[in-house]
Amino acid sequence: MNKPLRRVAIFCGLLVLSLLIRVNWVQFVQADELKNDTNNRRVAIERYSQPRGNIIVGGQAITGSTTNDSGDFKYKRTYKDGPMWAPVTGYASQAFGSNQLEKLNDSILSGTDDKLFFSRTVDMFTGEKQKGGDVVTTLNPKAQKAAYDGLGKSKGAVAAINPETGAILALASTPSYDPSTFAGMSDKDAKAYNALLKKNNPDDPMLNRALRQTYPPGSTFKVVTAAAALENGLYTDINAKTDSPLPWYLPDTAHQPLNNEGNIPCENASLKEALRWSCNTVFGKISADLGNKKMKAEAEKFGYNDAKIDTPVRAAESVYPTDNRPQNAMAGIGQASNRATPLQMAMITSAIANGGKLMKPYMVDKLVAPNLNVVQQHTPEAMSQPLKPENAQKLQEMMEGVVKNGTGTNGQIDGVTVGGKTGTAQHGENNKDNPYAWFISYAKTSKGTPVAVAVVIEGSDTLRGDIAGGKLAAPIAKKVMEAVLDGNK
Amino acid sequence: MSSTTTTTTVGTIGAPSRRNTELAMLVFAVLIPVFAYINVGLAKEGSVPAGILGYSLGLGLLAGVTHLVVRKWAPYADPLMLPIATLLNGLGLVFIWRLDQEPQITTKQLGGALAPGQMMWSTIGVALFLGVLIFLKDHRVLQRYTYISMVVALVLLIAPIFFPAKFGARIWITIPGVGSLQPGEFAKIVIAIFFAGYLMVKRDALALASRRFMGLYLPRGRDLGPILVIWALSLMILVFETDLGTSLLFFGLFVVMLYVATERTSWIVFGLLLSAGGAVAVATFESHVQTRVHNWLNPLELLNGGVTETAQAMYSFGSGGILGSGLGQGYSRLIGGIAPKSDYILATVGEEAGLAGLMAILLLYGLLIERGIRTALAARDPFGKLLAVGLSGAFALQVFVVAGGVTGLIPLTGMTMPFLAQGGSSVIANWALVALLLRISDTARRPAPAPAPSTDAEMTQVVRP
Repeated sequence: MNKPLRRVAIFCGLLVLSLLIRVNWVQFVQADELKNDTNNRRVAIERYSQPRGNIIVGGQAITGSTTNDSGDFKYKRTYKDGPMWAPVTGYASQAFGSNQLEKLNDSILSGTDDKLFFSRTVDMFTGEKQKGGDVVTTLNPKAQKAAYDGLGKSKGAVAAINPETGAILALASTPSYDPSTFAGMSDKDAKAYNALLKKNNPDDPMLNRALRQTYPPGSTFKVVTAAAALENGLYTDINAKTDSPLPWYLPDTAHQPLNNEGNIPCENASLKEALRWSCNTVFGKISADLGNKKMKAEAEKFGYNDAKIDTPVRAAESVYPTDNRPQNAMAGIGQASNRATPLQMAMITSAIANGGKLMKPYMVDKLVAPNLNVVQQHTPEAMSQPLKPENAQKLQEMMEGVVKNGTGTNGQIDGVTVGGKTGTAQHGENNKDNPYAWFISYAKTSKGTPVAVAVVIEGSDTLRGDIAGGKLAAPIAKKVMEAVLDGNK
Repeated sequence: MSSTTTTTTVGTIGAPSRRNTELAMLVFAVLIPVFAYINVGLAKEGSVPAGILGYSLGLGLLAGVTHLVVRKWAPYADPLMLPIATLLNGLGLVFIWRLDQEPQITTKQLGGALAPGQMMWSTIGVALFLGVLIFLKDHRVLQRYTYISMVVALVLLIAPIFFPAKFGARIWITIPGVGSLQPGEFAKIVIAIFFAGYLMVKRDALALASRRFMGLYLPRGRDLGPILVIWALSLMILVFETDLGTSLLFFGLFVVMLYVATERTSWIVFGLLLSAGGAVAVATFESHVQTRVHNWLNPLELLNGGVTETAQAMYSFGSGGILGSGLGQGYSRLIGGIAPKSDYILATVGEEAGLAGLMAILLLYGLLIERGIRTALAARDPFGKLLAVGLSGAFALQVFVVAGGVTGLIPLTGMTMPFLAQGGSSVIANWALVALLLRISDTARRPAPAPAPSTDAEMTQVVRP
């Protein structure tokens, strides 16, 4: 019986060997993959085992950490003025993950980033627990507060940029939410989170309207159309009469007229006058005359049709599509399928205010290690040159005219040069929904141009017509600009 | 002439008893778990745990008593098996105690702290071990109980059908006032005794009285009968008790013993065909088996939006990596419920002791199995050979089925890791199993008795004047 016994011995040996091979496969080959699997709770336990680094605005942390009394997770995220800063910070929830800056800079905030290798190694030797680094943002707390308070109860968004650097100064979106309410993982947190979901809350408070929502830009887009006219040499003198009949009929249609809002002097109006009165006929015709290709090219120089505008939080893609002639004419006055994010409109304004050079928008100035060493510093970089400096000059003059004695007088600030453009975008099938009120503007002092801002308000019931942008959105833009100017004094 | 000086070719030189080797290794087998115990305490509370004295004394006492009994009643027994069993049992206690420190899986519904109970069961197991060594002077006595064993094994295997399922498996019988028993663990030993006795008698009939058919030896119908009964029985266990592991264990054990007894490879082919046929047939209508296979093929799948036990175990292994998180510092409790202390205890070993620790544990099992088969090789009587290979084969299959299931090598089955996992029946039965193996090895390695002085030799001697 010894021969089969030896074979059985070999067989049993093979059984044990196969187990050894299997555990080597799982614990050596697959180990990293399993260890870092998103469903592996250890990842989250590890993450919340120490206080997270902070997101910093104007030298103050707008986030914090508090200890949890129960459960696996020791530390929980807290937010200061959560609803106001939510469009910037995003959320970091034990139960629902994270988004925006909390997610994009997670490795720094949780202290696992390779850039922190040195400080982590030192901590290892000194026996300190792993600590998170900080994210220093470019935001201006006063401007943010002005924007958030200005929006108040209405639905809308504000984006403000420093035209000279591209630094984002304000990023507000209403209605908002407080990320603190679901930072933990209790039933209460789950309830708070579910109540915020779009399917349970039609106002969609977790939507970051400043970056992630596109709207028809309405008349504010006329500055781009004007830029295209100047850049392409269609018109060179902003005070010379244009070839603009009234009424003007959309091309390729059976005599469908493009109407102006109200009875305004638009026939053959100069570019400056046309912008001041916001003449649909003049700018619709410019867009038609230039054609879809040139209009699209100019819009793209300002950042349209770019799906990868990362601030680092990625903005939704603003669209200026390839279109037929009547649609292109409509797009030239910011209607039809032309859609833009508030950030996009702020970028357009900043490029005009910055002498035609568009700076890449960003909101993270630097990443700081726990020992306060800077591990990454943003240097402003140019994104494109949508306008020649002299054309930028002309556009500034036109926009300043709008605020001085046009539709945007509500944006005036004493002792400061303000350029702006109002907009009221029609919205919905046959224009049945409430229009969006827009205002874009910049403020200029002797020291430079510190701020460009775009404001959009959805669904206000008050007024229709071009005046709405000036009436609803302009005061908010003004407050934001004033807040920035105050800080710069 | 020199030839007249020695009168016999049988010498009295046998294998050395190796009792001192065993003692030295037992010291390690006690010290390693004691250090592990201290390690857990330091990791969890930052201090040496209060129970350390009791634990070390208890384990040391058990090891000391077993050693003395082996020295006295089985002096030539294999020196490795007892230290390995002691080490595994001791480490099992540490791991269970370590998991008891997690409040989430040590609730009242889950039976509270299980380490004290396990300590008690281990003591009973060791008592049974001692009993077997002291009272079973010769393993061949068991031959007499061949058919009684069969009846007992059948009763043990079928009994759980009449009791409610517990923790999702119908492998328990509940005796009021005493608690729950897993009769399958004991049936493993009893059925090995039955097979050994039955096959020793029938091996020639099974091996020789057969027809050749397509290169295979097919046995006669009347010899085939009992074999088919066993096959049907293991399928029945699978269907009615939904216990894949036990079914696999018994059928595998049977095929191995049959092969050893008859030395006919055809039995293996025959056995594999039967088991494959049975498995496929059962799998087609048993959703339970299908679920297990599905979970095995998709270990990381989410179920109802949550992570499954299988996935949690895989995460445990992965997070442990090569060196492990350290005793007391893993999160294998995430597997949930009582599973980390029983079926999934290897996940804790893998996570906290790492690949290195897990391989060491698996090698200990491998060593124990091979010492068992070595005992079978050394045994001089066919019954002893068959019994030894049956017991070690059953042990090997159990280790493979459990460890393979937990690590995702094969579909998961609900069985306990011998000595390591929480469970009274398991630890008692396995101590008895080791006792039987030690008894057989003692008989096998015992030197033949010195021949009585041969008076014939004197008388036939030619005396020259």
